[in-house]
Amino acid sequence: MKQFWKSMLRSPSGVIGLVILLLAISIALFGPLLFPNSPWRMVQRPFLPPFTLSTVPLGTDALGRDVFAGMIFGARVSLLVGLVSTLVALVVGIPIGAMAGYFGGKVDDALMRFTEFFQTIPSFALAIVLVAILQPSIYSIVTSIAVVSWPPVARLVRGEVLSLRTREYVQAAVVTGQSNTWIIMREILPNALSPVIVLASLMVATAILLESSLSFLGLGDPNLISWGYMVGAGRTVIRQAWWITVFPGVAILISVLGLNLIGEGLNDALNPRLSREGR
Amino acid sequence: MLSFVAQRVLKGVIVLLAIVVLNFFLIRLAPGDPAVVMAGEAGASDQVFVKQLREKFGLDKPLPEQLFIYVKGVVTLDLGFSFRQQAPVAKLIGERLPATLLLTLTAFAISLMLGVLFGTFAARFAGTFLDTAITVFALIFYAMPIFWVALMGILLFSVTMDWLPSFGYETVGANLTGLAHAVDVAKHLIMPAMTLGLFFMATYTRMTRASMLEVKRLDFVKTARAKGLSDAVIQRRHVLRNALLPVVTLAGVHSGTLIGGAVITETVFAWPGIGRLMYDALLQRDYNLLLGVFVICSAMVLIFNLITDLVYRLVDPRIEFAS
Repeated sequence: MKQFWKSMLRSPSGVIGLVILLLAISIALFGPLLFPNSPWRMVQRPFLPPFTLSTVPLGTDALGRDVFAGMIFGARVSLLVGLVSTLVALVVGIPIGAMAGYFGGKVDDALMRFTEFFQTIPSFALAIVLVAILQPSIYSIVTSIAVVSWPPVARLVRGEVLSLRTREYVQAAVVTGQSNTWIIMREILPNALSPVIVLASLMVATAILLESSLSFLGLGDPNLISWGYMVGAGRTVIRQAWWITVFPGVAILISVLGLNLIGEGLNDALNPRLSREGR
Repeated sequence: MLSFVAQRVLKGVIVLLAIVVLNFFLIRLAPGDPAVVMAGEAGASDQVFVKQLREKFGLDKPLPEQLFIYVKGVVTLDLGFSFRQQAPVAKLIGERLPATLLLTLTAFAISLMLGVLFGTFAARFAGTFLDTAITVFALIFYAMPIFWVALMGILLFSVTMDWLPSFGYETVGANLTGLAHAVDVAKHLIMPAMTLGLFFMATYTRMTRASMLEVKRLDFVKTARAKGLSDAVIQRRHVLRNALLPVVTLAGVHSGTLIGGAVITETVFAWPGIGRLMYDALLQRDYNLLLGVFVICSAMVLIFNLITDLVYRLVDPRIEFAS
């Protein structure tokens, strides 16, 4: 573990990514406490330009709502949706991949056809259809993002399990009569975890992008402010008020960039051999 | 080769049928009477139309029979009727398809060409300032949401500099013909295509760079060098050709993302393609049209995947020797 942190902190992208993520998490957790302006309430005249009033540093939107407050509260939605939908995708993808890789044969065939099927469907189009049909809410958004993002997890885990299954220590566990579940859970999965962790950090980034795109199209949770929704709402008045669309977009860009950098850092730290070869 | 194509086409047809079946069940996920849901919310569901829908889709019959009727309809390209637009769904999609193909294929071509070019440069000058600059830009473009890139493009090139039109397919009411028309469409195409292409360009840049660096170290490159081949020939014939394999695979995987990006790009730029149609269907909760577009998008992805499979076999030198 100490070794892991050491190599993670040695990779510059990993450090930058970690700093960005920690910043984003603290804004999401503590921001609303320090900055209690409701992002829905009218606080000033509409279209107040940024940097004119210190109480409303990033200006107001078409309805006089505080853009800065929206960005702070929006961090919650983005991070929450990103993390939870990735977790759900892992919970679905890991068992499917593990079973396919461990049991092989017909089980593998069936599970992998199923996975490939989901991978073929255009993911964003499916997410749109799912949210539209289930009605926009934070639950339907998380569900639809998870539905479109589990297949790569399953495929990755399957590949890892496939290569670990024939190792001697696994064979030894089979000979000593351990149950399949025990072998998968205790012997194989812990050793297959590093690439999954790398993938997961990239999946959170993709999930944040997906959520913001859905909200941008008007499929966000109507009770929660999010960055994508803000950009979507500012779109029609972009000629008069650039700041309404620019700032939330920058927030999305920075968070996604941070998570991608963490992914690279994790990759360097967890697969040191691979990363050295990549240079 | 022929049997390979036949096999792949068959597989694609099966997947498409499965998607149609999924579609059938999706509409039943929605709360309420499927006939009313299909008719669309808020006013569209008048009694006569709902009754028509119920008869057409046999909604009073048992579920398997309903499924059969639905699949039969889709197979004969009957995707139902859009009450909101007062036209058959298949006709609406048919009218919009060329614009989407123009947009996505242009974006794809731009991103692939520039991506491979930049990636090759970065790999060629690995470790220099040029490499770092390309890598950082690729990272940033990779993290930008498409809708935001589109809006920033409009802000910069239409609002501030007034270089390019910010919406539409052609100048309305100009009635241009021939070359003037083509130039007009091209002007309208530049920003949407660049917007859509930027994300993929970043992906292909990263992929090409990584894969070039990997291939460079392999034994056959050393052999080529030992044979006394020039550096340019090695780069082009040996390294690039092999490094392109994962890029081609990625292009196939990304076709679905490309279509998804088109929905957003077309929405922002009011580009009259099926993506914009999907957004309109979404706003009006016109589920019949929404699912119709979804099926066609899936079919496009399948066709695109088939093409990349074929290209892969053409590019991969190992498969060439086998056949």
